[in-house]
Amino acid sequence: MGISTKYMSVLVYVEHADGKFKKSVFEAVAYARAIADQQHTNLTAVSIGNVADNELKELGKYGASKVLQVNADQLKDFVNQAYASVIAEAAAKENANVVVLSNSFSGKGLAPRIAVKLKAGLVDGAVELPSTDGSFSVKKTAFSGKAFAITSLTSANKVIALNPNAFGVKENPTDITIENFSPAVKQTDLATIVKEIVRATNKVSLPDAELVVSGGRGLKGPENWGMIEELASLLGAATACSKPVSDADWRPHSEHVGQTGIAISPNLYIAIGISGAIQHLAGVSSSKVIVVINKDPEAPFFKVADYGIVGDAFEVVPQIIAALKAHQA
Amino acid sequence: MKILVCISNVPDTTTKITFTNDNTQFNTSGVQYIVNPYDEIALARAIELCEGGKGTVTAINVGEAATEPTIRKALAIGADDAVRINAAPRDAYFTAFQIAEYAKANEFDMILCGRESIDYNGSQVAAMIGEFLDIPSISIIKKLAVDGSTTTIEREIEGGKEVLTVNGKFVASCAEGTAEPKIPNMRGIMSARTKPLSVVEAVAVEELGKITKFETPAPRSAVKLIPAENAAELVNLLHTEAKVI
Ligand SMILES: Cc1cc2nc3c(=O)[nH]c(=O)nc-3n(C[C@H](O)[C@H](O)[C@H](O)COP(=O)(O)OP(=O)(O)OC[C@H]3O[C@@H](n4cnc5c(N)ncnc54)[C@H](O)[C@@H]3O)c2cc1C
Ligand SMILES: Nc1ncnc2c1ncn2[C@@H]1O[C@H](COP(=O)(O)O)[C@@H](O)[C@H]1O
Repeated sequence: MGISTKYMSVLVYVEHADGKFKKSVFEAVAYARAIADQQHTNLTAVSIGNVADNELKELGKYGASKVLQVNADQLKDFVNQAYASVIAEAAAKENANVVVLSNSFSGKGLAPRIAVKLKAGLVDGAVELPSTDGSFSVKKTAFSGKAFAITSLTSANKVIALNPNAFGVKENPTDITIENFSPAVKQTDLATIVKEIVRATNKVSLPDAELVVSGGRGLKGPENWGMIEELASLLGAATACSKPVSDADWRPHSEHVGQTGIAISPNLYIAIGISGAIQHLAGVSSSKVIVVINKDPEAPFFKVADYGIVGDAFEVVPQIIAALKAHQA
Repeated sequence: MKILVCISNVPDTTTKITFTNDNTQFNTSGVQYIVNPYDEIALARAIELCEGGKGTVTAINVGEAATEPTIRKALAIGADDAVRINAAPRDAYFTAFQIAEYAKANEFDMILCGRESIDYNGSQVAAMIGEFLDIPSISIIKKLAVDGSTTTIEREIEGGKEVLTVNGKFVASCAEGTAEPKIPNMRGIMSARTKPLSVVEAVAVEELGKITKFETPAPRSAVKLIPAENAAELVNLLHTEAKVI
C-alpha cells in the first residue's frame, strides 16, 4: 500500500433492528476502529433507515468519529441491492479503502455486492485483525470451523465481514458527528419488496449469542425441551440443537448448528444429549468453553469438551437449574 | 421457466481436514467429493418448480474435469442438462464472474445457489452473481414460491424471518426449509449418463486476493469431569474458573 494512506479512511456499515444496534454491531465498529488505528486514519460509520440520534451517538463509544445517516423513505426496509449501492457510495465519498460489516444474515447478502462494486477483495467470517506485516492478511474460518484460512487481499479496496464474538466489544470513546447523507437511489435497485418481518423479541438470537444451550436426540422428544429453555433463559442464552432434532421437527431449522447448519462461536456452549458427530463439532468447536452432558462416557463430544458430566440429562439438568437459581438469588 | 442451479463440488462432511506443503494447500488425498449439501436443497426446489413440464433446470459448476461425477449426480437427481465451466474455482469472485457470464449469454428466469459452500463457507457467490448481472439477490432463504412473474421468498434474519416479493429475475441462496433434498432413483442414475453436459472455457478475471495459509484450531486440554451427583458444581466452575457466567 504505502501511498497516501493518510487520506484514506475506514467505513463500517452499522445494521440495526427496529432502530437499535446489537452487540455485534458495536463489535464491528470496535474492529473497524482498530483497523483505522493500524492505518492512522479515521473511522466513519454509515447507518441506513430510521435510527434515533442518541442511538447513533452510541457508535462514538466504540471509536467512530462520524456517522453518515441515510434516512430516505425508500430505504427504510433492507433491500441489499440498494443498501450495497448506498454503502459503496459512502465508501467513495469518504475515500474509504476498507469497508467493515458484521457477518450477519444481512451482512452476508451485502458484503459480496459491495465487494464487486468496489472491485475489492472480500474476507467473510474474519476472526482477527489484518496482519501488520504489510500484506493485509486476514484470518477467517473455513471448512465450517474445522480450520482457518489466512486470506491475503491484494486489491486497493477491501471488504471484511466480521464474525460475531470474534473480536469482542472494545470501548474507544470518540467525539462523533452525525451527518445526513442522501445518495440517489436507482429504481432498479428496489426490485424486492419487504412484506413482513417476524422477530421473536423474547429470545436471544443464536448466531451472535454469547451463551448457547443445545439439545440433541438424547432428549427423546420435543416435549422435553422445557428444561433446555429454562436453563437457557436463566443464563440469558440462545437455544440450539443437532441436525436430527430439527430434521424431526422437534425444533426449528434456524436452531440447527453444525457443518450444514449455523456455525457459532459463543463464549459458552452447553451440549446436552448430543453425541458429537464430526459434522456437529464442525459448527461449534470454536466455542470458547464447551460443556458436555451425556450418559455415554464414550461419546466423542467429551474429547473436545472443557467440562463434562457423564449422566442422565433428565437428572443432571434439573440439578444445574437449581444451582443456577441459588447462584443468582 | 428456466432455472440455473449452481452446484459446487466439496469434500464429504466426514472429511478430516488436513493440509500439505507447509499448510498452504488442502490435502485432497483420500477425500471423497459430494454435491454441496445446500446445493442439493437448491436443486430440489428447482426440480419441484419445473415439475410437470413447467420448465427446465440447468446445473452449472465451475470446476475441472474431476468434478464431473458431482455434476452427473445433479443430473441423476433431476437436472435436465448441465454445464461445466472448465477452470479451478479460484475464489468466489472468479466463480461468480464465470456463472454470470454464462447467465448473460443464456437467459434464465432464476438462479439458485446454496447458502454457502461447506469448504470455504463464503456465502459470497450468489450475491456476487446478482451484482454482476445487476439483478436482486436474496441470501439465506427458507421458502420460495412462484406466482406468475412474482416470487415470494422467506429469508432468515437474526431471531426471525422476513417475507419479501421480487418481480422478474433474481438469484437466491437456499438454506434448509426451501426443499427436502432428493435422492436419485435408478431411472435418474441411468438417464444421467446420456443427459447433455457441455463444457465451456472460462474467461479471464483479475485476482483480488488469495489464501496464503491454513491453520487448524489449537487442541483443547483434557476434559474436566464432574460427577453427575455433584452436577451443581458446574455452575460454580463456570463462574469462578471459566468465568463465562
Ligand atoms: C451430510 C451430513 C451433514 C450433517 N450435518 C450436521 C450438522 O450440521 N449438525 C449436526 O448436528 N449433525 C449433522 N449431521 C448428522 C450427524 O452425523 C449426527 O448424526 C448428528 O449430529 C447426531 O445428532 P445427536 O448427537 O443429537 O444424536 P445421536 O447421535 O443419536 O446422539 C444422541 C446422544 O444422546 C446421548 N443420550 C441419550 N439419552 C441420554 C440421556 N438421557 N441423557 C444424556 N445423554 C443421553 C447418547 O449417549 C448419544 O450420545 C450431518 C450428517 C450428514 C450425513
Ligand atoms: N465452483 C462452483 N461452481 C458452481 N457453483 C458454485 C461454485 N462454488 C460455489 N458455488 C455456488 O455458490 C454457493 C455459495 O458458495 P460460497 O460463496 O463459496 O459459499 C454454493 O452453495 C453454490 O451454489
